[in-house]
Formats: sequence, C-alpha cells, structure tokens
Amino acid sequence: MSNTNIQSADTLTLYGESFSSRLLLGTALYSSPQAMLESIQSSRCEIVTLGLRRQNPKDRDGAQIWDAIKSTGCRLLPNTAGCKTVKEAVNLAEMSREIFSTSWIKLEVIGDDYNLQPDPFGLVEAAEELIKRGFKVLPYCTDDLVLCQKLLKVGCEVLMPWGSPIGTGQGLLNKYNLRTLRERLPNIPLIVDAGIGAPSQACEAMEMGFDAVLLNTAVAKAQQPALMAQAFGNAIDAGRAAYIAGLMQKRQTASPSTPVIGQPFWHQRRHDKQDQQ
Amino acid sequence: MVTISINDETRQFPQPVNLDDVLQDYRAHNPDLAFAIAVNGEFVPRTQYANVQLQDGDTLDIVNPVGGG
Repeated sequence: MSNTNIQSADTLTLYGESFSSRLLLGTALYSSPQAMLESIQSSRCEIVTLGLRRQNPKDRDGAQIWDAIKSTGCRLLPNTAGCKTVKEAVNLAEMSREIFSTSWIKLEVIGDDYNLQPDPFGLVEAAEELIKRGFKVLPYCTDDLVLCQKLLKVGCEVLMPWGSPIGTGQGLLNKYNLRTLRERLPNIPLIVDAGIGAPSQACEAMEMGFDAVLLNTAVAKAQQPALMAQAFGNAIDAGRAAYIAGLMQKRQTASPSTPVIGQPFWHQRRHDKQDQQ
Repeated sequence: MVTISINDETRQFPQPVNLDDVLQDYRAHNPDLAFAIAVNGEFVPRTQYANVQLQDGDTLDIVNPVGGG
C-alpha cells in the first residue's frame, strides 16, 4: 500500500461516523462570515462547532453566521459553552438538538471563571443525563485520567481533554497527563480541545497519538485566518503521518547518521590524537 | 397584570398568556431566524408551545445560533 493510500484509509471515526480530516474548527471570533468560510475551506475540516445565545433580533450577525455555517455542509457539533450547572447544560443541549437536528453535543460545564476549567463533577453528571436522553456526548474535560475513565463509564465514546485553558494559546501544558491518557485509553478517540495557539502545538498533539485537534481562536484571530487554517490543517496531517510512521526514541548520546566506515582522514586524525598525548 | 421576562426584558400582559401567542409576534418579526425556547430554565419543545401558559414572574429565554468554539 502506498503512503498516499495509507493516509487516505486512515479515517477518524466518532460515534460511528468517519472523517478524513482530523481538525475540528470553531466558528466564533471571525471578523466576518466570509473570513470564517474561507478558513473552513482552507483548513479542509469536516466538523465545525457552534453555539446558541440570546440575541437582539435586530442584530443579524447570528443569522448570517448560521446561514454561512449551513452552506459548508460540515457536520455540526453544537456546544454548551458558558453553562455552569448540569441543568443549564442539559437544557441548552436539548435546545441545540432541536435547532440543529443533531444529537451530537460538545458538553461544557464550566467550574471556574478564571481558567474556564471544566467542572469534573458536573460534567460527569450532565454527560450521564444526556446519554440517557439519547445524546452523543463529546465532553470538554481536563486531562485527569480518573475523570476521563468516569466519563467513559457513563457512556461517552469520545473525550476532549484540554491542552490548556480556552483562548490562551499555551499549547500542551501537561504532557505527562496527556501521554497518560493516550497510554491508558488506547482505543478511545481523544481530541485535544482548547488552548492550541500554533500549528506546531497541534502537530505535537498528533505526534503523541491524539486522534484530532479542536481549535478556534488561533485561526479566527490570526492576521490571515484562512492561511492559518491551512497551516493547522497541514500541521495536523504531518503530526498524524509522523505518529503512524513511528517516531524514533530519544537518546542521550550522539550517534552519527553518516557511515563512519570509509571516512577519509580517519587515520590522520588518530595520529593527530597520539601526537597530542 | 402578568409580568414576564423575555431575554431579560420585562413585558406585561393583562392576563396569563399562551407561549405560542407570544412567539407569534417574535416569528412575525424574525421569519427566517432559527430559535429554541426555555421557560424558567427548562427547554420547551416546539411541539409544546401551544400547551404552555405563561404566568406572572415566568422567565422566557429565546436563543439563536451563533458562532462557537
């Protein structure tokens, strides 16, 4: 099988649906619906996140964004952003399911305003309730192994641990925890969600074996969002290919890559060394 | 007099009012706007609008799609 075929056969499967792209892109914070559309297109993403908010009916921005998102044909992943209680999250998820006609939900239950850290206790409770109601829950969670295990126990089939707090662009803050998740949950789709600020960080997550990356701010707030979206798409492809190819083990000592045998001046250098002694 | 909060704006009605009636006005002004409803924080499916009578002090949330991360 050629390298191209290996990569084309390497699909991301979430709740039984397959995707060729491993980038999930947010639709907030763009300067215009057009900038968002161009970014989605150049990123080659197939899943986009979106939300629900109260709006002044005279403000047509929301309607324009929604029309633009629909036109992409991407799978929709609505979120429960901003919810701080189980009740809020469950009810917003129900409202999302009705409007967007999908049972997929990016579940957010925020526990602290400073770092927008997920509330692990509320998250598990809300996930359990939503799964009982027929939702396919993709929880935005911390990188805590036991929390992730509990989310799986209540029926989540995908987990979305944070790289770092939302919108910080700090990348993968706790690589030990993230590697532990990958090691302990080898067969669960793991998507690094939040905190990714640069394509190199997304590439690193993919090299570590994560299945996908979800991001928004780093693209939407770039000086050229569509170009940045393309850069992220390429970085994620590169990281995935590197993971499949298998990274070399790190070593303490140097090891020449060019063969030593046949090297000219070999004896000359040995004589020089003897002269110094 | 019945006072109802709609997206944090207070509106008054002479008597309890049907949710569907309140939303007819909203729909008329926003015919192309997708929305969903919660009353007192509880989701109300659109099939139930006609069965919900809003009482004094009730809170109505109307939400629409927005970009999100």
